Amino acid sequence: MIYPILRRLGQMLFVMFGISVIVFLIFFATPGADPAARIAGRNAAPEVLEAVRHSFGFDRPLYVQYALMMKKIFITGDLTSFVNRGWKVVPAVLDSIPITLSLVFGAAVLWVVFSIIIGVAAAATRNSWLDRLLMALGLLGISMPVYWLGEVMNLITQSRYHDTWLFSWVPPLGYKNFSDDPKGWFLTLVIPWITLAILYIGIYGRVLRAAIIESMQEDYIRTARAKGLSETRILLRHALRTSLIAFVTLFGLDFGALVGGSALLTEVVFGLQGIGKLTYDALQSLDLPMIMATVMYASMFVVIANAVVDFVYILLDPRVKTS
Amino acid sequence: MAALAIFLLIVFACLSAPLYARWAGVDPFLSTLDAVITIDGQDVPVMEQSTEGLGLGYTPLGPTWRLGNYFLGADNQGRDVMARMLYGGLNSLLISSAATVLTLILGTAAGLIAGYFGGVTDTVLSRFLDILWAFPIYLLAISLSIVTIAEGISIGPITIESGSLWLPVIIIGIVYVPYVARPIRGQVLALRNSEFVMAAINLGVPGPRILWRDILPNITTTLIVFVPLMMALNMLTESALSFLSIGVQPPDASWGTIIQDGQALLYTRPLVALAPGIAIAVSVMALNVFGDGLRDALDPRSKVRLGRD
Repeated sequence: MIYPILRRLGQMLFVMFGISVIVFLIFFATPGADPAARIAGRNAAPEVLEAVRHSFGFDRPLYVQYALMMKKIFITGDLTSFVNRGWKVVPAVLDSIPITLSLVFGAAVLWVVFSIIIGVAAAATRNSWLDRLLMALGLLGISMPVYWLGEVMNLITQSRYHDTWLFSWVPPLGYKNFSDDPKGWFLTLVIPWITLAILYIGIYGRVLRAAIIESMQEDYIRTARAKGLSETRILLRHALRTSLIAFVTLFGLDFGALVGGSALLTEVVFGLQGIGKLTYDALQSLDLPMIMATVMYASMFVVIANAVVDFVYILLDPRVKTS
Repeated sequence: MAALAIFLLIVFACLSAPLYARWAGVDPFLSTLDAVITIDGQDVPVMEQSTEGLGLGYTPLGPTWRLGNYFLGADNQGRDVMARMLYGGLNSLLISSAATVLTLILGTAAGLIAGYFGGVTDTVLSRFLDILWAFPIYLLAISLSIVTIAEGISIGPITIESGSLWLPVIIIGIVYVPYVARPIRGQVLALRNSEFVMAAINLGVPGPRILWRDILPNITTTLIVFVPLMMALNMLTESALSFLSIGVQPPDASWGTIIQDGQALLYTRPLVALAPGIAIAVSVMALNVFGDGLRDALDPRSKVRLGRD
């Protein structure tokens, strides 16, 4: 059992290294313009350009530049923005992480609970109108751009129906710290959680339904039926249980990817100052050091999250242990 | 089939964008803050001056529901939203289909080479694809966009100006390569060890010929199944990048940029943001339904699943 874990750990380190090299090459070696000019931002003064060249070591070989970049991002953390002169970007990124995690964890709870309910309901009532309706809604959830859905949510809860009993509790956009105001924290995040979860409820509901229907063809289900177990028990205790294995693997992949993707867009729409909003603001001002830091931290987090899910999987699944 | 019909309808509507603009007599790229249009014999300014506060704010015209006459109203530059929707849709469709072609070409090439030649080639290519696969799509796309957006890119003799539609095409085309290359590699690996390929190799048929004549025809079904699903995914990605202002650049439009324009007007003129979102959702849903149908018809056993991002 220790061998697969070590193997996965090695793979994780390799991927982390690979991603950092790709990020480095994109930011420092893309042809077309002087990388120092890109990093310094629009219309930078010559002395700023010179400072950038010096601090990133543009006069030195590529591997030294790589080492300097990694040191600035992960070790000393003294990467500074040139657009917002002297602003240290790494502490800003670290401060924004709890906000992004609050958003993603809450959404994950919602999407797991609701997609299991929907997947089971659809599989149990297979080919009925309910199944068709749920699957069509799931497909709609997948097809809507998440940031647009967020705007629709804002339009409904902040403007058009804000004064009705249904949405009068929705606080203005923004984020409240959990430690300062737990109730405010919860209330500001409810709508973003729902928005983000809708996309994934669609995907997972559909996948789970397919997995349950497939496992209903298996021999052990026939055995369970032969034993005289009730259909509900077969569905919940036998079919759902095996189907959840596929669900868990998928969850690991998506949970990580969510941090670097849809969560970013959701934060922008709801004005949550997480890592996504930080990236968005930096994109508007072409602040490359900030993007470098957010991309690097977010993708490292994603890689680690994927590996952790795999570790759990190795611990849970007896087949991996013996192989 | 109904899904395909709906999608084609959207395509034709967008293709008619220049005709619509000429017929309506509007320029969807020119800001017209002082234009006045006539509705029911009354002159209505496109940008209505606010009566509140200092009177400096302007509210764009709401939807008139008259085709050819600011059907969906105006945006904050006084431009006809309907005309921009059609032009934007054209860009969204062009970018997502061009990116699909690019992904399929690159992904198939990588998958064929890795799967067929094996050995060191396969190891290097596969590890590289693993890294790309683990790199979150949007983060990779953001990194690629931000370095190319201001100055464009030039590789050897090829120079792509900033603001060119090719930039989003290339970026979206690259980020999804592992999604195609990995399943293709698996299939090629299986075909490589099948009897008819073994026979061809033993007969001394050259490698490129085997790839072209024996292996490629056997993976075309998979490639065809990829097309609509990939397009749906690309359309969402393009709109998201444009929404983040790193996709299509102004004055060009795409559905994503129009949603971004509409964000500032969300509470006063919600339709500017709502309409392009509905267009995206309908197109993507039509593509997904069509893609699912196509897969069930052509390749029922396949486990191809896109839509993880």
